[in-house]
Amino acid sequence: MNKTKTHEPLFHIAKRDSLPVYKSWAIRGMAILAALIVAGVITMLLTGENPIQVYATMFKGAFGTSRRIWSLLQSLAMLLCVALAVTPAFKMRFWNIGAEGQVLIGGLATAACMITLGNKMPNALLILVMIAASMAAAAIWALIPAFFKAKFNTNETLFTLMMNYVAIQLVSYFEKLWENPKGSSNIGIINQSTHAGWLPTIGKFDYLLNIIVVLALAVFMYIYLKYSKHGYELTVVGESENTARYIGLNVKKVIMRTMILSGAICGIAGLLLVGGTNHTITTTTAGGRGFTAIMVSWLAKFNPIIMILTAFLITFLQAGAGEISTVFGLNESFSDIITGIIIFFIIGCEFFINYKLHFRSSHKEVK
Amino acid sequence: MLATLIQRAVMQGIPLLFGSTGEILTEKSGNLNLGIPGIMYVGGISGVIGAFFYEGSLAAPEDANPFLAISIPLLCSILGSLIMGLIYCFLTVTLRANQNVTGLAITTFGVGFGNFFGGSLIKLVDTDIPSISLTTTSNFFRTTLPFADSTGWFGKIFLSYGFLAYAAIIIALGCSFFLNRTRGGLHLRAVGENPATADAAGISVTKTKYLATCIGSVIAGLGGLYYVMDYANGVWSNDGFGDRGWLAIALVIFVIWKPKFGILGSILFGGLYIIYLFIPGLALRTQELFKMLPYVVTIIVLIIVSARNKKENQGPQSLGLSYFREER
Amino acid sequence: MAEALALELKGITKTFGSVVANKDVDLKVYKGEILSILGENGSGKTTLMNMVSGIYYPDSGEILVDGRNVIISSPKDAFAYKIGMIHQHFKLVDVFTATQNIVLGIKDGKFNIKAAEKKVREITDKYGFNIDLNKKIYEMSVSEKQTVEIIKVLYRGADILILDEPTAVLTPQETQKLFNILRKMKQDGKSIIIITHKLHEVLEISDRVTILRKGMYVGTVDTKDATEQSLTEMMMGEKVELNITREEPKAPIERLVVDNLTVIKGDGTVALDNIHFNAYGGEILGVAGISGCGQKELLESIAGLQVTTKKSSILYKPDDLGPQQLVGKTPKEIRKLGVALSFVPEDRLGMGLVGDMDIIDNMMLRSYKSSRGYFLNRKQPRSLANEIIENLEVVTPGATTPVRRLSGGNVQKVLVGREISSAPKVLMVAYPVRGLDINSSYTIYNLLSEQKKNGAAIIFVGEDIDVLLELCDRIMVMNSGRITGIVDGRTATKEEIGLLMTKSVEREESNE
Repeated sequence: MNKTKTHEPLFHIAKRDSLPVYKSWAIRGMAILAALIVAGVITMLLTGENPIQVYATMFKGAFGTSRRIWSLLQSLAMLLCVALAVTPAFKMRFWNIGAEGQVLIGGLATAACMITLGNKMPNALLILVMIAASMAAAAIWALIPAFFKAKFNTNETLFTLMMNYVAIQLVSYFEKLWENPKGSSNIGIINQSTHAGWLPTIGKFDYLLNIIVVLALAVFMYIYLKYSKHGYELTVVGESENTARYIGLNVKKVIMRTMILSGAICGIAGLLLVGGTNHTITTTTAGGRGFTAIMVSWLAKFNPIIMILTAFLITFLQAGAGEISTVFGLNESFSDIITGIIIFFIIGCEFFINYKLHFRSSHKEVK
Repeated sequence: MLATLIQRAVMQGIPLLFGSTGEILTEKSGNLNLGIPGIMYVGGISGVIGAFFYEGSLAAPEDANPFLAISIPLLCSILGSLIMGLIYCFLTVTLRANQNVTGLAITTFGVGFGNFFGGSLIKLVDTDIPSISLTTTSNFFRTTLPFADSTGWFGKIFLSYGFLAYAAIIIALGCSFFLNRTRGGLHLRAVGENPATADAAGISVTKTKYLATCIGSVIAGLGGLYYVMDYANGVWSNDGFGDRGWLAIALVIFVIWKPKFGILGSILFGGLYIIYLFIPGLALRTQELFKMLPYVVTIIVLIIVSARNKKENQGPQSLGLSYFREER
Repeated sequence: MAEALALELKGITKTFGSVVANKDVDLKVYKGEILSILGENGSGKTTLMNMVSGIYYPDSGEILVDGRNVIISSPKDAFAYKIGMIHQHFKLVDVFTATQNIVLGIKDGKFNIKAAEKKVREITDKYGFNIDLNKKIYEMSVSEKQTVEIIKVLYRGADILILDEPTAVLTPQETQKLFNILRKMKQDGKSIIIITHKLHEVLEISDRVTILRKGMYVGTVDTKDATEQSLTEMMMGEKVELNITREEPKAPIERLVVDNLTVIKGDGTVALDNIHFNAYGGEILGVAGISGCGQKELLESIAGLQVTTKKSSILYKPDDLGPQQLVGKTPKEIRKLGVALSFVPEDRLGMGLVGDMDIIDNMMLRSYKSSRGYFLNRKQPRSLANEIIENLEVVTPGATTPVRRLSGGNVQKVLVGREISSAPKVLMVAYPVRGLDINSSYTIYNLLSEQKKNGAAIIFVGEDIDVLLELCDRIMVMNSGRITGIVDGRTATKEEIGLLMTKSVEREESNE
């Protein structure tokens, strides 16, 4: 025979049947641990501190004071909220990476109500209008790509992506239209004196309302996906459009309905951010959560309850890395690097849950 | 005025052209690399790091050697983007991870990486320079063709760019030739359309995807390098590169996966990106609306292409899917 | 004639998870012969050949080419040993031309598509292929695509050709053409392996037959010593009485009246051309025809999944209401009308079931809407799932196992069980026993007969004419979107049906 590859492959990959739940979570746990070690080593190299010190700083950054804990919980809630929003779409295999834009549009609608209707109607009514407006605006924003997906099978990944930047420019436009004070190109704190349209605080805790709303949403989403007919339908559409058609499901309707829901929850995120936390809107109000949320949702395997944990992990890392950059005078983007590394590890470890490697012991040679 | 608009549009368009050419090459192999924006940041900052240390090693700016001043940042940039491409490939091709999630993670990491080193480089090496401004090396990147200034509008439109701009056009033409006229291109397209078929035909899907994605990443990374060393005069500012990476991905759709269309497409996009500067009497806020033009145009193209549903104009059939031979 | 060994397999074993696809299989192929690999669906024929062509890698065993022990870990390796396989699902790139597909993967000298085309022409002329080399694959008919596949393998200089169910998609004329080409190749000294389960083709074309059963090697016989009967025995393992109990229809009532049914596909081809027939409650109406002759569209039209032309009419006559026109109604509306159509589609994991859902959730696919309120009621589906698992002997760890993890036959049982459970008035099934072992097939036949006794009108699309002849009361034969005849299942002969299946139709044959 002429020259051919004669060595036996060192290993080959086979699909696993299924792994017990505890084993798959053990693999994920190990991946996170390995990632933390790598992140620690990198931090050590950059700062010259010993790793224990680095982790201690991270914990301090996240849990150091009660204010920090509240702030952590607030960030966690907002990230979780967006993750919950994208989940039904993903379960339907609709790659909605436009959450960033949908949150912004929800926030923009909230800000619009606060600015134009503030002090013109009772506060309770104003807040109701804000809720309706933010949800409706974001839902419509999400519906546009869904409509074209349903009608022409237009690629939703790229469509929703583009919609983000249209939304950002729109916010940018209104920032300049409603600038306050004039010439600042900023909206500033809306209704600072009257607090019109500010979402109420529960007791003395600024962020408690957001946290409660998002927790309720998580429970809602869990039930919606697992026990409701709509949730069942969107799972069927995601798994097999042909089957959906075969049982008489209106696939287009399900796609559009699910994206309306996805958008509406993004709208709530926008409402909470603008009406509850920031009381202003800028192009960075969504703060990249639309993208991070995708990873949070995916890491949790689209399970809303597990999502609380994955959102916590990411938020903790960001808060901790933020503290490191402050303490050691580094750029705040340090947290993005750490987040990236952790996600690489978790993404990579899924392989070992779904596949197994067969190593070969014997090496046969061809005479 | 028109000549200036075209010149500025080209300068805006070149990073997009690099990005979209790289992404087309990548997507043709079936990898939807949403990490391109991050990779372009890494390509930029790696070049900056290289140039920073090179300039730091010089006793005086006059000592700079043109060859080293260009090749050091260039090699650093290539190396940086290559590593990013390898990470993406290792996760999506070898470990078969979801491409969308991996891509977004790469972007998070890459943008963070760029801004981190852009913001901390000076502190990390403890020098007394106030900010990263690499005018010495940048000048080499910005050297235009001869007669650029003496030939009027012609020189302005065609001759007034640094070598990377011409490289972008040559690379785009080269990619176009490669994809349509060569065996390698045929194999690459086959992998993106139908990896099982390519595999059965004896083409290594893994190798093809690695090569296409890594080379694509390097090309895209050059876009970041061009931006900071040429367009921005060697001054790094955090988030300065902005959303050009996403615009490059939009451009891929706009030119329906054809790199040679990318040359004109990028200039058009570049023009749309800055057209507001050339329309007199625009309010500041209206300018913001004009900035959404490239995205709106892309959305319209996306809709038209999908509505017409012509096979030749669609993206590769297996775009975004991992390939596992023993899937059953 | 056949002296030198071209290919030999020794003790090949391959498992997928817990499923054993091949166990300790031996095989010999000589130069210049045609070997058939015969076995039921799911007997491991394709898996075995996939290991020879480098798609899978065996867990253990040896492969010898020309007497040398070789390792084939990729299709590239297979080509190096001059082994080429034509898969059942064609491995072609849709947007490429025939020539581009043929040269794909070959690295010889300078890339020159024109020169390659000349070389391809030599091959087509030598063996008598008839094909337009510049046509794009997505514009081609199935038979043309197969031709491209064969040329592709020949272009690579393959000496061992493996064809996986090559005639499944061909008309009898096309099959004869293919066989002529294969004979020419054999004379040329090439070894040809045909994977098939059609006995008459085995007897017609091959020199020797190797039989597999449930992934295991049963034996090899010379074709000249074999008969359909002896091969069937080896294939089935024990003597099979193809004895399906068929009772006389009791008081058949008209259920479906189909008139002028025409379906024109998106690409302008006519899938169904002016179909007329009636279906009666209490009888089984068989539908025969090569795949792609319009059966799928026929069933889908009745189920409301196909767009039909305006003059088409499908009247459904329930007991309690007047005749109902089904044309123009969505599948949902058809159900709302109280029309109980049960439909077992051809592609079950793609259409009838959701792979990642468990058996219980799959049970609800059709019924989840009928429970009241906004939330799902899993109580009934759960008991139905357990009932089906028990009655149809579904092998599964439990009712909460995702359907994807079940083997083909068990998937089938789950689907058919669910469809029958709704006690339909009209039950349509397409290839319900594909992939089932003989016992499960009989379970399904009995279930259908039972439904017939209960008064359901059953439309049965089958590929095995023997089964159709023993199970059905009437057999409707289709060809190129038309009905070429309806015969009595008790008196018709195989030849009669075969003739109707292949009867030439005046209109130009539509693609797929």
